Amino acid sequence: MRRIALALACVVSLTAPALAVQPDEVLHDPALEARARTLSRELRCMVCQNQSIDDSDAPLARDLRILVRERLKAGDSDGQVMDFLVARYGEFVLLKPRFEWHTAILWLAPPVVLALGAIALFAFLRRGGGGPQPGPNADLTAAEKKRVAELLKADRG
Amino acid sequence: MIPELGHYALVLALALALFQGVVPLVGARRGDSALIAVAAPVAVAQFLFVALSFSALAACYVMSDFSVSNVFENSHSAMPLIYRVTSVWGNHEGSMLLWVLILSIYGALVASFGANLPAALKATVLSVQSWIAATFYLFILTTSNPFLRLVDAPFEGRDLNPILQDLGLAIHPPLLYLGYVGCSIAFSFAVAALIEGRIDAAWARWVRPWTLAAWICLTLGIAMGSYWAYYELGWGGWWFWDPVENASLMPWLATTALLHSAVVMEKRDALKVWTILLAILAFSLSLIGTFLVRSGVLTSVHTFASDPTRGIFILAILVLFIGGSLALYAWRAPMLKQGGKFAPFSREGALVFNNLFLTTACATVFVGTLYPLALEALTGEKISVGAPFFNATFGPLFVPLLIAVPFGPLLAWKRGDLLAAAQRLTVAVGVGAVAIAATFVSEGSQPVLAPFGMGLALFVIVGALTDIAERTMLFRIPVGLALKRGIGLPRSAWGTAFAHLGLGLVLLGVTGETQWGSERIASLKPGEKITIRRYDLTFEGTVPRAGPNYRELAARFTVRRGGEVIGIMEPSKRTFATRSMTTTEAALMTRGTGQLYVSLGDPNPDGSIAVRVYHKPLVLLIWLGAVVMAVGGALSLSDRRLRVGAPKPAKGRAAAMQPAE
Repeated sequence: MRRIALALACVVSLTAPALAVQPDEVLHDPALEARARTLSRELRCMVCQNQSIDDSDAPLARDLRILVRERLKAGDSDGQVMDFLVARYGEFVLLKPRFEWHTAILWLAPPVVLALGAIALFAFLRRGGGGPQPGPNADLTAAEKKRVAELLKADRG
Repeated sequence: MIPELGHYALVLALALALFQGVVPLVGARRGDSALIAVAAPVAVAQFLFVALSFSALAACYVMSDFSVSNVFENSHSAMPLIYRVTSVWGNHEGSMLLWVLILSIYGALVASFGANLPAALKATVLSVQSWIAATFYLFILTTSNPFLRLVDAPFEGRDLNPILQDLGLAIHPPLLYLGYVGCSIAFSFAVAALIEGRIDAAWARWVRPWTLAAWICLTLGIAMGSYWAYYELGWGGWWFWDPVENASLMPWLATTALLHSAVVMEKRDALKVWTILLAILAFSLSLIGTFLVRSGVLTSVHTFASDPTRGIFILAILVLFIGGSLALYAWRAPMLKQGGKFAPFSREGALVFNNLFLTTACATVFVGTLYPLALEALTGEKISVGAPFFNATFGPLFVPLLIAVPFGPLLAWKRGDLLAAAQRLTVAVGVGAVAIAATFVSEGSQPVLAPFGMGLALFVIVGALTDIAERTMLFRIPVGLALKRGIGLPRSAWGTAFAHLGLGLVLLGVTGETQWGSERIASLKPGEKITIRRYDLTFEGTVPRAGPNYRELAARFTVRRGGEVIGIMEPSKRTFATRSMTTTEAALMTRGTGQLYVSLGDPNPDGSIAVRVYHKPLVLLIWLGAVVMAVGGALSLSDRRLRVGAPKPAKGRAAAMQPAE
């Protein structure tokens, strides 16, 4: 529900939302169009809440989609198109940030957490998986021991 | 009068919560049975007052009492009754009231069905629950009062956001909240165990039904939300890695990890300290989810800073509960005793492997969701972290986990034999390999991931069935006898098999939808047709229609396959006058487990209309798989050891015990 409410932030100003990708935007060359679609999914519609320009109905997203296609038609490589957009709109436009010093924590978090977890686990297993086995009655209080004794007696009786 | 009654009932609930947060706790510390005995009836009374308060707000909505500001903002007298009821939680204030209602329901359930718990533990758990309840009552009463009146009552309301006028709103938020808030029980048990300074295998058994219930609700709630977004938003996606979705995924990952580690604790008395931490983390992530969604911090760090009352209050709740419980953990956890040993390749080892990858996946989602906010708050730099990032990081983390899933149930406790488990999985590996090869042969090497997705999914599915086949000795003894053995299996074994089977089905659906889904975009004039896969859709024309509070333009498509008419699809665009908003209603046609999906764009002056058509093979398996997982959870919940309760206090009294659920 709340995702839907947020998606609205994008649509709410428009009285008549259109389709994301309009028929007139589609390129005739299927290979080029496929590349355009792939790139569109990596680019953020900057007036929306976490939507790619491929999904967004906003006019800005349409402008960006057309721009991407123009660059592709002009012969740009995928990387050049991305560079062009980052130069123009800043890194905010990328849905997958580049690996740089200020995104290092973001990118390194998964492998580092996994590695630390694996090391901790290894150490845990080396110690014999949970440390020394407690003695048979180690966890029991005096009252519980008494109860155990009673039960055993009742069983025998 | 009714809103004032609701408001007053909530104030009384707060008073009861404060009382319940202190008195039973003191009683439990002092061993005073009179003070301990107070906990259960007060918890039930608290529930009754919150229920009264919630009913009062619901009554205002049903009667369209627009003198109440909240009703005026979010309702309309022309809305069908069902939407007037669901509007209660279709807004911030009402949804918080639903949150505390569910919290009090859980409290009352623990009070009523926790008869097999030691009295002091139960009292402490209910006290901790009350601390949570009290802070949230206070939050509602001071910053988000749904009962505020308007001086001049308007004649008509502003209507509910049209996108929320859907059956999805009736099911999705309550289910999700049942899951979120259900995590609070495991949390309260964890905190109570830390306060008491002792914990044993019985703890895991007491907590398990509550965690299972929360997990089932989370699973269904997330799946329901995903399906709702899929058909309502009109662009065919089912998961967007939106922060709001991530907020629900994180508690799910943590609860899934908790369910698995609690098994180790229950059976082998090991991993106690870790399980307690997971219980704390699962609820902390639920609270963070509530914070993310409710504080407005997601829209922008700056919006949050400009109207901080609610945000700061929730942030304070976060610091209090997460910080407090973690501090308590750091202080008390070292005193808890560790349990049994196990070798790396054992059932315990497999469950720990599961926990390692699930928590790493959870951490990935956490960092991905919060890092942009933190970076902007600290340096002012804005970056976006969206689907491509999560697909690149979360996906690879799940692959080893999925490969390990079929092995887990086949390994023995303490010291398992990996080779023997692998031998028993020969059929599953074979089916997976055949699937990979068959996909390569029939579909070619494009798309690249498809064969491996299919292979892995079938490996998981057949692997889940292998466990049952092994346990019932199917194919080795007569079928009738195997059937008998199957009925005699513990329900939790069936639960595991179903849950893992569901996971495989989800993967199958994801593979089908992402790898073989196709899409056509075109402008069509009446009489023209569009072809997708082997389906021809002919656009017959548009029909204007009127609904109770909207007008709609429906487009009619005749669907043919091989020249034969197989159905009619009618996507439409609805215009809601009150908010002057338009929504797109996609049309869906189910073929097996795949779907055809048509959504409309704008009509053009020349009479043509923009159309987007998708063919999504296997897509329904994504949600059916989730349902199968939930069924697995329910089977496990009905397991004998949970119904009977634990531990047996004495032989003779066993029959009189209450169920643990």
